[in-house]
Amino acid sequence: MHPVVRTVLQRLGLGLVTLFVVSLILFSSIEFLPGDFGEAVLGQAALPETVAAFRKELGLDLPMHERYWQWLKGMLTGDMGNSFSGRGASGQDRSRPVVELLGPRLANTLFLAAMAAVISVPLALFLGITAALYRNSIYDRTVNALTLTTISFPEFFVAYCLILILSSFTKIFPSLANVGPETEFWERVYLTALPALTLTLVIVAHMMRMTRAAIINLMASPYIEMAELKGTPKAEIILRHALPNAWAPIVTVIAFNLAYLVVGVVVVEVVFVYPGVGQLMVDAVTTRDVPVVQGCAMVFAATYILLNLFADIISIITNPRLLHPR
Amino acid sequence: MVDIKDLEKAAREGKLDRREFIKRAGALGLAAPFATTLLTQAVQAATPKKGGYYKLGYGHGSTTDSLDPSTHENGFMTATVYSYANHLFEVENTGKLVPELAESFEASKDATTWVIKLRKGVEFHNGKSFGADDVIAAINHHRGEDSKSAVKSLLDPVVEMKKTGSHEVTFTLASGNADFPYILSDYHLPILPEKDGRIDWQAGVGTGGYMVEKFDPGVSLKLKRNPNYWKAGRAHFDEAELISLIDVTARQNAVMNEEVHAIDRCDPKTVHLLGRNPKIRILESTGTLHYTMPMRVSQAPFDDYDVRMALKLAVDREQLVKKILLGHGAIGNDHPISTANPYHNGEMPQRAYDPDKARFHIKKAGMENQQIDLSTSDAAFSGAVDAALLVKDSAAKAGININVIREPKDGYWSNVWNKKGWCTCYWGGRPTEDWMFTAAYVAESKWNDTDWRTGPAADRFNELVVAARSELDTAKRREMYHECQQLVNDDGGALVPMFANFIQAINKQVVHADQVAANWDMDGHKSIERWWFA
Repeated sequence: MHPVVRTVLQRLGLGLVTLFVVSLILFSSIEFLPGDFGEAVLGQAALPETVAAFRKELGLDLPMHERYWQWLKGMLTGDMGNSFSGRGASGQDRSRPVVELLGPRLANTLFLAAMAAVISVPLALFLGITAALYRNSIYDRTVNALTLTTISFPEFFVAYCLILILSSFTKIFPSLANVGPETEFWERVYLTALPALTLTLVIVAHMMRMTRAAIINLMASPYIEMAELKGTPKAEIILRHALPNAWAPIVTVIAFNLAYLVVGVVVVEVVFVYPGVGQLMVDAVTTRDVPVVQGCAMVFAATYILLNLFADIISIITNPRLLHPR
Repeated sequence: MVDIKDLEKAAREGKLDRREFIKRAGALGLAAPFATTLLTQAVQAATPKKGGYYKLGYGHGSTTDSLDPSTHENGFMTATVYSYANHLFEVENTGKLVPELAESFEASKDATTWVIKLRKGVEFHNGKSFGADDVIAAINHHRGEDSKSAVKSLLDPVVEMKKTGSHEVTFTLASGNADFPYILSDYHLPILPEKDGRIDWQAGVGTGGYMVEKFDPGVSLKLKRNPNYWKAGRAHFDEAELISLIDVTARQNAVMNEEVHAIDRCDPKTVHLLGRNPKIRILESTGTLHYTMPMRVSQAPFDDYDVRMALKLAVDREQLVKKILLGHGAIGNDHPISTANPYHNGEMPQRAYDPDKARFHIKKAGMENQQIDLSTSDAAFSGAVDAALLVKDSAAKAGININVIREPKDGYWSNVWNKKGWCTCYWGGRPTEDWMFTAAYVAESKWNDTDWRTGPAADRFNELVVAARSELDTAKRREMYHECQQLVNDDGGALVPMFANFIQAINKQVVHADQVAANWDMDGHKSIERWWFA
């Protein structure tokens, strides 16, 4: 078996074990949370008997291991159960399958993440490489200062600044990113411009600094010195000799930031009213809609594991020493 | 004092001619050219203009919303149903109840039999003509053993419903209820087309001024004007969109950036800044939402009239409205009836902060400087803990020692409210006196959070509520409800220090009548039907 394939399979297996452990931790930590969905949803109408009837209807009266087993079985077959909410005060069952709730929102979140990645990754690489190329020049300092400034501000501040400048004063982009299932592609791009830009400003510094540092680190190695001595132009030294060896740390940071784009954009979603997973999960936590919280958390965990796997594979492929181990 | 608003109103109604208007406006310190502009604006505003695409941002809406009227539970759906469908009765912008799809009605003397004549020549959006069968199906949708509708209990008293003509329905009630037409204006009871004895709600078809183009639960609702609308002088916009914007900052941004024309529920903390925006007007109306501090009269020391009275007198209401509602509200008079209700007792003297009298009563009860517990949590309303602390301070000046207990938010409604002797609470309010009293003040109510059930005053109150329910003579009814409010105010355990305002922000291009309905926000959730572009 090719070593890369073997590593991928190995990592996938380990990923599944990790997911299982995550599910255990998740389930038991939710168990320790105070409060109860019945009381949260019934509010003023929560009489002891209605709460008890509610718990029974939702199967919350069963012991914990039974509920865990039920849930795990469902997860394995792709059924995340039904949401708790929607069985609200009116007493009617309008609860929807978690998959149905999560699906379109996950698509939205992935779209926004992709938008932000398409802008920020090339930008960060370009800035990082050029900053390394013109190290300690005014250009390098300016880029560093700017990106560090944008990363230092909280997301909502960056978001409100962008709204103020690009939406209130100049009306270039809308401040509401309320996309729907049948929003057309370019319309969608236009609507998500501000959130994507916000995310770009927030993550670009991390990736750019890493690219710069990794390349500068390599510039001190003997083989680069050799290339310099034989008169290779500086740009070629960086692109042909330094960059291939710098991919591993860069890709790790990129994967980390992509994962953040998927799981950590709650604030940006709220500010722009973007119907993504983050908002869904926060709403679910406040209403104690446990199946939705669990579903979201599992999706997030899987995203992290997959993106890290992806980063590992890239580092193996770009590194001949790992690709052809002795 | 006369202000420019009054002048504008008079001009609109034709009571003032141009010369007089400018003269009087001059007296108010307005230069003539400006006064002329004002006059033109005032008169123009009077005649609604057709057209435009009206966008409305709401702080409600949920992915679990459905067009099934028995499931409606938030403002988004209320506004939806009030724009695509009609009801038998409607609360007008003046707060008056008027027939909508009903043409006229007649009640028997004891208010148990109601003959409702229906409007003729009305058509649903799908071309079906409206008649008695639709009404029966619409009401039956909420009745019956297996009904889980939110208004099932409201309709429980209906024992029989008969079609007594193609456009006439006769209701028989188990006991008289003079407020029956009010119940029929409830947002759960839109008249939708009947199909095989049941209403066909899936299609989103009604008789309303707007037709549903697209409904995306928890996100938005798109509407198009119904060219066939039967109601004159309503439904002015060509198109309308209702957008769910739960986050208050996003909502305020949307109205500032003109992405929507109006929003509900502004943040009281920042609304004065929002009002500075030259494109925006802030509209406030005092509704029925009120914050209370119920004392359970069955528990010591609240079983003592003097303790209750001392506490009622020891609350600085003005200060609470100023600091907790940031001025966006009105002071309460220890009863749950709002100025938005039809029989509010405005003649009763307003109870004011009076530490001397409070000291007198607490001394008489022998409770001076003894600890009285007040349980609170921000679960009751935002700022409830601060409100309790303010009460503690103002009461301390009267020699009353209040111990504020901060309870956990979780389980507040099951462990504290309706159990602990004195706590903080809120009530959304009800459109009629009977509804409000029956929900929380009569002896048999489970939600009687003051436990005020026995004693001469409570007995009298319970008798009056029952008698007033079937009293059709408005003057007598008014008298009865005024006495009820008096009784709750004096002997009851409810401390009602304040009523909260609905705060809305509206783009200045949008015009509405001088008076807007206060039964809900946004002109009773009917802004889409009632407002227009200047």
